[in-house]
Amino acid sequence: MSTTSYGKLIKEGLWSNNQALVALLGLCPLLAVTNTAINGLGLGIATTAVLVMSNATVSLIRNLVRPEVRLPVFVIVIASFVTAVELSMNAWFFDLYKVLGIFIPLIVTNCAIIGRAEAFASKSHLFPAIVDGLAMGLGFTCALVALGSMRELLGLGTLFSQADLMFGPIASDWTISLGDNFKGMLLAILPPGAFLGLGLMIALKNIIDSRLPKKKPAPATTSEGDLEAGTA
Amino acid sequence: MQFTTISSPHSDRPNSVSRTMLLVILALLPGAAAMIWYFGWGILINMLLASATAIVCEAISMRLRKRPILPVVGDFSAILTALLFAVAVPPLLPWWLTVIGIAFAILLVKQMYGGLGYNPFNPAMAAYVLLLVSYPVEMTSWLPPAMLNETPLTLLQSAMVIFTGTLPGGLSWDALTMATPLDSMFTQLDQSKMVSEIMMNPLWGDFGGRGWEWVGNWYLLGGLFLIYKRVISWHIPVSMLASLLVLAMLFHFLDQEAYPFGMFHIFTGGTILGAFFIATDPVSACTTKKGQLVYGASIGLMVFVIRTWGGYPDAVAFAVLLLNMAAPTIDYYTQPRTFGHGGTS
Repeated sequence: MSTTSYGKLIKEGLWSNNQALVALLGLCPLLAVTNTAINGLGLGIATTAVLVMSNATVSLIRNLVRPEVRLPVFVIVIASFVTAVELSMNAWFFDLYKVLGIFIPLIVTNCAIIGRAEAFASKSHLFPAIVDGLAMGLGFTCALVALGSMRELLGLGTLFSQADLMFGPIASDWTISLGDNFKGMLLAILPPGAFLGLGLMIALKNIIDSRLPKKKPAPATTSEGDLEAGTA
Repeated sequence: MQFTTISSPHSDRPNSVSRTMLLVILALLPGAAAMIWYFGWGILINMLLASATAIVCEAISMRLRKRPILPVVGDFSAILTALLFAVAVPPLLPWWLTVIGIAFAILLVKQMYGGLGYNPFNPAMAAYVLLLVSYPVEMTSWLPPAMLNETPLTLLQSAMVIFTGTLPGGLSWDALTMATPLDSMFTQLDQSKMVSEIMMNPLWGDFGGRGWEWVGNWYLLGGLFLIYKRVISWHIPVSMLASLLVLAMLFHFLDQEAYPFGMFHIFTGGTILGAFFIATDPVSACTTKKGQLVYGASIGLMVFVIRTWGGYPDAVAFAVLLLNMAAPTIDYYTQPRTFGHGGTS
C-alpha cells in the first residue's frame, strides 16, 4: 500500500472508476434527486462528506474489527455520519434539506459508500483512504451535477435555479434561463428522463474513453510489453 | 382434384424487408388519405416533415456507426415509422415537436439498440409517448373533423401554423382546436355526465366521433389487405380487438351510462390503426402464434384499463409499449413444441 499514488486514486475516483458512471453504484439518489443541478450538487456534497468521514474511520479501525462483523460495523459507522450530516443540513440548509427529503437519510444505503469502505478503506492507511473518499465523492458529485444540469436545462430551460437554497440569498440571481418561450420537455424531469440521461452520459463517457487512448497509451503499452518480454 | 405439391420453403417470392415495408405503407395510404380529407393538410405536412427527418436521422446514425447508408435508408422502415407517427399526432403539431419525436424514435429507440430488427420498442409509439408525456397540451390539440370545421385551413395556412406558429387572422387556438372524441368522452365521464348525454353532441357519429369512425374504416381496409397479403397474421389484431370489445361490452352491460358501448372503443382513438399497423410490428411483437394471441389480448385489456381509469387521452401507445416489454417473456412461455421432442404424454 505504500506505493499508492494519489494521482491514480484521484483519476480513478473522478473518471476511470467513477462510482456513478462506471461502477453504477448509488443509482437510487442519482436518479431520484437530479431533477435540478442544485439538488444534485447538494446531495453530492452530502455524500462526499459522508464518504470522506466513513472512509477515514473505517481505515482507522480496520485492525480492530474482526472480518466476521465488519459489514455491520461499517454500516453503523456510515449511519452515524449520515445522521450527523442530516442534522447539520437540517440546521444550516433547511430549505435544501426539505427539497432533498428522504434522500439524505437514504445516503446510508448508497452502495458507493459501503463499497469504498469494503474495497478500499478497510485495506489502506488513513490518508489514502481520505483521498479516495474525496475523489470518489467528487466524481459522484460531478455526475450528479452533470445529470442534474442536463435534466434541468431540457426540462425547465433553466440552470442553477434555486441556488439560494444552498448559497444563501446572494445566489438568488444565479439562475441561467433559456428564456420564457422555451418549452421544457417534461419527460426530462420525470423518472424516465433520469434513466435516459444516465444512459446517454455513460455512452458519452465510453465514446470519450474509446477515442482518447488511441494517441497516448499505444506506445506506452508496447514499451511495457517490450519490458516484460525482456525481463522474461 | 389435383393438389399442387411443393416442398418447403413455401415462400412464393423473396419477401424482402423493403417489399414488406412498402406493402405496409401502401396499406396505410387509404387511412392516411382519409385523415388528410377529414383533418386537413397538416397531416400531409407532418408526414413529409417526419419522413424527411427520419431519413436524415437514419443517415446520421449510419454515418456514426460507419455502415453504408443507402441500404438502410432504402428499406423504407424509417419512412414507415415516420408515417405511423405522423398519422398519430395532431395535424397542427409544431414542427420542432415532430423533429424531436422522430429523432428520438430513430436515433435512440431504433438505432441505439442496433437498428431494424433489434429495437425492443416500437419507435413510432415511443416517440408518441415521449411527446405526449412531455408536451400534453400540444399533443392533445386536435382539429375538428371537416364537416364540423367552420374554418378549414388551406395548405399554406397549415404550413404557417406548423412552422411559425402564427394563426390565420382572427383565429385563436381555442377556436381552432378541440379535444379528440375519445378524450372528450372520458373527460366528461369524469365530470359525472352520462354516456347518452355526452353522445347528444354533434361531434358523434354512429360509433365514434364523426370523421374518426371513417378513418378507422379505411385503416381496417388497409389492415385486411395486409392480412390478405400475409404481411401480418390475423392473431394480434383479432385478439386485440376481441378482448377490447368483450371487456367494453361487459362493462357497458353492467352500467350503460358510465361505460361507453363496445364499438365505441373500436372506432375511436387509435384502436384500429394500433391493432393492424402498430401492435403487429414484427420486430417488437411476439413471434409465436399462441404468444401473439396472448400479446394481442393483453394489449386490448390494457387499452380498456388505461382508457377507462387512466389519465391520458389515448391508451394504444402505452398498451403497445407495455406489451413490447412483455413480448420476450410471452414468447418464452409459448414456444411451440418441436416435433418429436417433449410433448404432453
